[in-house]
Amino acid sequence: MSAPVEQMNDGLRGAAQDWGSDKDAFKDVPWGKAMMWIFLLSDTFIFGCFLTSYMTVRMAATESWPLTSEVFALTVSGVHVPLLLIAIMTFILITSSGTMAMAVNYGYRRNKNKAFWLIVATAVLGASFVGMQAFEWSKLIEEGVRPWGNPMGAAQFGASFFMITGFHGLHVSIGVIYLLTVAFKVRRGDYDHTNFEIIEITGLYWHFVDLVWVFIFAFFYLW
Amino acid sequence: MAELTQDEGGHQHPIGVYLKIWLLLFVLSMLSYMVDYLEFQGYLRWTLILIFMALKAGLIIAVFMHMMWERLAFIYAILLPPLCLLVLIALMAVEADYTYLMRVLYLGQG
Repeated sequence: MSAPVEQMNDGLRGAAQDWGSDKDAFKDVPWGKAMMWIFLLSDTFIFGCFLTSYMTVRMAATESWPLTSEVFALTVSGVHVPLLLIAIMTFILITSSGTMAMAVNYGYRRNKNKAFWLIVATAVLGASFVGMQAFEWSKLIEEGVRPWGNPMGAAQFGASFFMITGFHGLHVSIGVIYLLTVAFKVRRGDYDHTNFEIIEITGLYWHFVDLVWVFIFAFFYLW
Repeated sequence: MAELTQDEGGHQHPIGVYLKIWLLLFVLSMLSYMVDYLEFQGYLRWTLILIFMALKAGLIIAVFMHMMWERLAFIYAILLPPLCLLVLIALMAVEADYTYLMRVLYLGQG
């Protein structure tokens, strides 16, 4: 039962060996998946800090907070619909999460073709989300919303809006690139010797982006 | 191939599971949008927003991110640390309240 005696190296090689000699705590979890989860955990704190600082500036603002349901309203063929664009963006992101979950499933079934097209569909939905966000940003900038002030109310609104949605949009944009990279590598056969857990790892990132939007939708747009 | 099938174990769920959760997320998003559309205000609004948010987040983490099929050691390692944020939120809420009162008292705002 004695552990095999390993050669103790010095220098960098030794340091890497020492750090790598820890007990395997997460059974049945591939290292890539564990690392993605730990990255997402750190990202949780980033968005947690953004949303908490948004809460702080909103609670401390003496001017009234702009009415989000009016700021983000759209008039479609004469009908005034509050928060319409945001609702559509929410449904698009949820749909993309659905296609991603199915891509993961088809990956584990080794159905490369279906997995590829479902990842591409996810990326297309993600890109359209970013497009709508760009539209939303330009609409607000046109209406005079700036990080340091806006005509609708408390000055802190602009800073919170651009910071939170900007950082989320950046995550979606990076996710689209990540998805397309994985999709083409799946089709090229780079992962044929694995059980396609890479699709699940990519999926984790994508679902996380959707998850963050759930909180942004609730706290920033609906509150 | 035998090894591969073993690796796949635990990840083979029928596609139907995802479609059902997807539908459920759609309904929940629709409901949270209705909170705004029907102009609910006050505690009713905030309670509904938080309930729908928690349900959506829970479904995404548990099913889409496969957390309900992971081992407990892993679930704890990932899901417990964010609870620290509750401390930050509590502290910052107190701080924001203080800032607000200072602005009202000494700057004559509000």
